[in-house]
Amino acid sequence: MCTMIVKKVNIDGSGKGTKGWFTVNQANVSYDHPFHIAKEHALNIDFVNEELGPGARVAVELSEQAARNLVNAILDVLSQAEVGGHLESSAV
Amino acid sequence: MYQTNMYEGMLAETITISGDANQLINAYFARPLGAGPFPGIVLIHHIPGWDEWYREATRKFAHHGYAAISPNLYFRAGHGTPEDVAAKVRGDGGSPDAQAVGDIEGAMLYLRSLPYLNGKVGVFGTCSGGRYAFLAACRVQGFDAVVDCWGGRVVMAEADLNANFPVAPIDYTKDLSCPILGLFGEEDHSPTPEQVAVHEEELKKYGKTYEFHMYPDAGHGFFYYNRPNYRQQQAADGWEKIFAFLENYLTSD
Repeated sequence: MCTMIVKKVNIDGSGKGTKGWFTVNQANVSYDHPFHIAKEHALNIDFVNEELGPGARVAVELSEQAARNLVNAILDVLSQAEVGGHLESSAV
Repeated sequence: MYQTNMYEGMLAETITISGDANQLINAYFARPLGAGPFPGIVLIHHIPGWDEWYREATRKFAHHGYAAISPNLYFRAGHGTPEDVAAKVRGDGGSPDAQAVGDIEGAMLYLRSLPYLNGKVGVFGTCSGGRYAFLAACRVQGFDAVVDCWGGRVVMAEADLNANFPVAPIDYTKDLSCPILGLFGEEDHSPTPEQVAVHEEELKKYGKTYEFHMYPDAGHGFFYYNRPNYRQQQAADGWEKIFAFLENYLTSD
């Protein structure tokens, strides 16, 4: 199935690829065919820097539930950090 | 059919061809050694990219006596591993239909320029490649047979149309210029059996020559031996049907 369901989001961070760390400035989030996980479809996230070419990519392929768990975990961690006054944006 | 006392040789290499808008793209080409004449086949790769499976399939067709070419529809996305390049195209929402059809036409014209071609050219594709194969056979003159393996999004909702995919391929069915073989799985989510039935009705409506097979206990991509959806019996039968179909339309006068 080729869903073509994809969203791009600008991000600010670093990722570790096959050649070491590099700046990632975009995440491509899709629900489509994965390359590796044994599923017909997966929630795929590619952290990329297109200026560095197609190889500048850190990829994960997640089941639907794993993706939802990850989203919740990220939000929980950010919430705890915010409550503790640790967020850089909050501290400014 | 190959016999054990026959000579067999093959040439397989990457080449450069003229694609859409006369832009140069690369392609994987394989043919039997010998004077020919050989029928031609264009292989359209799937969403996971211009990958090893497609190189193997290209050589498989050459083994069966075809001059076979698989154009790199993702050439313009840059170069890297097939996965990285395919991931970039996936992130961009796929190749525009018009560009893909132009590249496929370029591959067909390359085959038709060869002195050892028998004058017949087919087009084969799986997944999005099956969709493109059907689309090309509708939009371009010069194909004598088309094989669509589980091409999804032939039937499209209005909401899914955009600048890259402006027209649902099924709406071009009336322009289909050659016989079509379709292989599908009952458990596929795109195309669903219902969508395949809609396409079949459209083919009937316009009096097209078609042969559709819907395999039980098979989903999407049941030829791919390296994926969990692989189904040995269905895949073996599917390959037999493909070569029988193509022999009928590409090797006879």
